[in-house]
Amino acid sequence: MSDQVGTITWISGPVVRARGSRNVGMLELVEVGEDRLVGEVIGLKGDQMTIQVYEETAGMQTGAPVYGTGLPLSVELGPGLIKSIYDGVQRPLPLIEEAMGSFINRGARFDPVSREKKWKYTPKVKPGDEVKGGAILGVAMETDTFEHRVMLNPDDSGTITWVAPAGDYTVAEPIAKLKMGREEKTITMLQRWPVRRARPFTNRRPANIPLITGQRILDTFFPVAKGGAAGIPGPFGSGKTVTQHSIAKWADAEIIVYIGCGERGNEMTEVLQEFPHLIDPRTGRPLMERTVLIANTSNMPVAAREASIYTGITIAEYYRDMGYHVALMADSTSRWAEALREVSGRLEEMPAEEGYPAYLAGRLAEFYERAGYVNNLNGTQGSVSIVGAVSPPGGDFSEPVTQHTKRFIRCFWALDKSLASARHFPAINWLDSYSEYIEDVAGWWREKTGKDWLTMRNRAMELLSEESRLSQIVKLVGPDALPYTERMVLETTRLIREGLLQQNATEAVDAYSSVEKQIRMLEIVLYFHERGMAIVKRGAPINLIHDLPVVDTIIRAKSSVTNEEMHKFDDIQKQIDQQMGQLDAEYRS
Amino acid sequence: MSEVTVQGGQEVVGVGRIEGPILVVEGAANVRYDEVVEIKDSHGRLRRGRVLEVGEGFAVVQIFAGSTGLSIDGTSVRFLGSTLHIPVAEEMLGRIFDGLGNPIDGGPEPLTDRYADVNGQPINPTARIYPRDYIQTGISTIDGVNTLLRGQKLPLFSGAGLPHDQLAAQIVRQATLGKVAGAPPTEGEEFAIVFAAMGVKNDVADYFRRSFTESGALTRVAMFLNLADDPPVERIVTPRAALTLAEYLAYERDMHVLVVLTDMTNYGEALRQISNVRGEVPSRKGYPGYLYSDLASMYERTGRIRTSKGSITQIPILTMPNDDITHPMPDLTGYITEGQIVLGRELYFAGIYPPVAVLPSLSRLMKDGIGKNRTRDDHPRWGAQLYAAYAKTQDVRALASVIGEEELSEADQKYLKFGRAFEREFVNQSFTENRTIERTLEIGWKLLSMLPKKELTRVTLDEIAQYYKGDDAAN
Ligand SMILES: Nc1ncnc2c1ncn2[C@@H]1O[C@H](COP(=O)(O)OP(=O)(O)OP(=O)(O)O)[C@@H](O)[C@H]1O
Ligand SMILES: [Mg+2]
Repeated sequence: MSDQVGTITWISGPVVRARGSRNVGMLELVEVGEDRLVGEVIGLKGDQMTIQVYEETAGMQTGAPVYGTGLPLSVELGPGLIKSIYDGVQRPLPLIEEAMGSFINRGARFDPVSREKKWKYTPKVKPGDEVKGGAILGVAMETDTFEHRVMLNPDDSGTITWVAPAGDYTVAEPIAKLKMGREEKTITMLQRWPVRRARPFTNRRPANIPLITGQRILDTFFPVAKGGAAGIPGPFGSGKTVTQHSIAKWADAEIIVYIGCGERGNEMTEVLQEFPHLIDPRTGRPLMERTVLIANTSNMPVAAREASIYTGITIAEYYRDMGYHVALMADSTSRWAEALREVSGRLEEMPAEEGYPAYLAGRLAEFYERAGYVNNLNGTQGSVSIVGAVSPPGGDFSEPVTQHTKRFIRCFWALDKSLASARHFPAINWLDSYSEYIEDVAGWWREKTGKDWLTMRNRAMELLSEESRLSQIVKLVGPDALPYTERMVLETTRLIREGLLQQNATEAVDAYSSVEKQIRMLEIVLYFHERGMAIVKRGAPINLIHDLPVVDTIIRAKSSVTNEEMHKFDDIQKQIDQQMGQLDAEYRS
Repeated sequence: MSEVTVQGGQEVVGVGRIEGPILVVEGAANVRYDEVVEIKDSHGRLRRGRVLEVGEGFAVVQIFAGSTGLSIDGTSVRFLGSTLHIPVAEEMLGRIFDGLGNPIDGGPEPLTDRYADVNGQPINPTARIYPRDYIQTGISTIDGVNTLLRGQKLPLFSGAGLPHDQLAAQIVRQATLGKVAGAPPTEGEEFAIVFAAMGVKNDVADYFRRSFTESGALTRVAMFLNLADDPPVERIVTPRAALTLAEYLAYERDMHVLVVLTDMTNYGEALRQISNVRGEVPSRKGYPGYLYSDLASMYERTGRIRTSKGSITQIPILTMPNDDITHPMPDLTGYITEGQIVLGRELYFAGIYPPVAVLPSLSRLMKDGIGKNRTRDDHPRWGAQLYAAYAKTQDVRALASVIGEEELSEADQKYLKFGRAFEREFVNQSFTENRTIERTLEIGWKLLSMLPKKELTRVTLDEIAQYYKGDDAAN
């Protein structure tokens, strides 16, 4: 099926040039050299083609053949994606290990989606039905609980002429036949989609439901909406990966796509070994049963790293099309940008800032644009939320990838080296971060909790920025120079920082805070503040507040009160009343 | 690791261009990317190189020994048809090799028919075992608050003149498999050591050799030496050759291997030089845009795999130019490794050994190797508390320098005392002092007991009840 279309004339790392046919298409998938390594045509000029190769090219020879496939770089979509772990071009890593051992060798070819495994399938259409692209033809149980909605390829439409009866089928077996004009087409549960083309939808919906992550600094302070895009930049060791792992574990999405893009092998292994044993608090099922992993680690070929982002987002869109909420994590988009830079450099393209190609911003925009909360072609609603890690050189946010990313996201979680060295985790700086979804999701909070989250959240932020002003003064003259009312602010913000913002991802109770727990904690801290302020205003010395036993109780509540024990917050509130009440009485006279 | 033997191939007489360590060969057909070449000068002397780029009728070759003495017409190049391979064998332990893996200790070539590609191959993430077993180094700043695990890559970020060599030597000498605190000492499994020197002075290499000899480890050490006066381009191969042997020992001979690479900054320099000669578009400070991927191709050759009992633990050493941690070498290293141990000049001047700057140091895998059944239950929170308290000390010191110590609150004064004691008693230890994990934990609690109980919010109340020894009557 693949004919020789050229002969290799030049090789430099992952980039190869060949001469031959003028019929090869831009972005066509080709097979390069005797080992038939997978590559993609990224440039055409006369009879000369430029190819990026997704596998290691060492040992490849000029004069060797290039074969065409006539297809663009695509992913296979169908039941069986969940629980998979793929490399950047959707090669299943477990099968590679089975066939080649512990090290990834070249030339491995395996079906991304098993052709043998049978799925319990139930049709949802009948002969005579007119169906359009994206229509749900039937459902297959992809896990014990997850309903995989089998859809017509978005580019197809026609009349159903035959439907397979309910039963167990592989993705290779026909489940329906479709009349398209004169042609009759056999439909299976498997479809292909070119990764560089966004899957179509009807229209966008307003993104006004928060993606709940169980992370207090995110949900309570800088929420991202379902279908939104967030960036998490930070120097090495500041907590990008831990935060992304936490979101992958606890976010209230139905599907998680996690892309390890040019990062560590051990981090992917950690997910692989941990997720099957962690239970999703919402479904009671192992977290792995909603997760698709893409692992193109830093030592794997750089061109496949470039592709990994597209492979991941296409899979995410596919589940969105079924009507699910999908959250996609990309760690790290900087390594992806560097892959672009490396290929561009080998092509001797004109560099823009810091050696990155001029099209960097365009590529970033295209990627983040694929996030969204949408009405699907089939009438369902689904979303893809994107959280992209950014790894700025030297931790300097003025570099091109961070700067361009900022233009295309609406939520910015700025990690801070000094917080990380003081082991304040998550080391997200509350003064440098922002979310443009705050107003949008306020309605959801009110409806869900019956409480005025927006006002409370803003009040806490106000106190934190007041603290930042006051600590400038403290640095110059010491705390004693401040009036008690201002020192009361510092007492409260300490509770906010240590009790709310700090959250230990490795501690069982603290790792995930329910929405109810988050809002109760916020309420308690602000209540403490109000009561305390009233007392110091009456002249009580601040150290009396500082020494109240309830202070310690509040700071420890994050790990001593589980998500099921909301009544304990009533006790804490009572303690505040009791202890503050005493002081209040003393200083009232 | 494929087995390839190097044989003869096409030979081209005369070269097109010579520029620094780069040579352009014209008229060669069907050259392989990255294949090894043998270069003969007009006197018939041989040197080796490697293909960096191939085009129609030309090949760009990097010469490991540099181009000194080569002429356009008098040079011939033979293409050997395969990528660079070195012999690997268990008997290479106890031996000394040059930066390309040739013996330089007067002994014979290693007797083996196993040759392995120096580039290695990426470990499949599904084949890895996540590291969980800690290595007791006997050094409190490592075992206590930046625990090193088997299969971890943990670099030393240092500066010119700081005692990173001593620290590395001490780690290598004292490293044993960690045990639960209080467990009786057992004969620890011994590590095999693979040591690679890139561009360091002869006395550094000598220092390590003496240190290995004194501790009786020399028979377990393989040394790959590219010293300051050796050809810089060879440095590109040296760490790869060392890691190739390490992989063989760990994954095929089930050994636990400690790899020490020093000094990675010199490696980076060699890479930069070649990139500049080739006129590549630089990213930061003249380093090539692929520096990250290049470093990762070595650092990621660390870990454990399911098919072997062995492990590779890497301790790369980097001197940071101008002590600047944002310089591309430490920066990109930090983005790949699993934490870093940072040495600080201030502590060094204060006479503290090892001068480990605790706050910027980090072991990312620590959380998975400590705690209940591994070291002791309180260890993770104890560590977080020490960190938090020491971080607070820094703020108090800054304040004290403005308003004076006497003006500080009582609690803040305690922090100042804590900070000093932390540096003198916890960080500071002698070059030969090998502390057990329980001793390290004990010192930590003694120091925490200098602070009011109320300040200790990272540890549990039960732990305070059990370990706190202070005279804090309040609360
Ligand atoms: N929420 C958290 N709770 C506890 N520890 C944390 C948390 N966030 C970060 N850490 C600590 O910080 C370390 C570094 O975090 P992480 O690996 O996520 O950094 P990173 O920003 O991804 O770095 P790099 O860019 O090098 O990959 C972790 O190993 C862990 O010790
Ligand atoms: Mg990370």
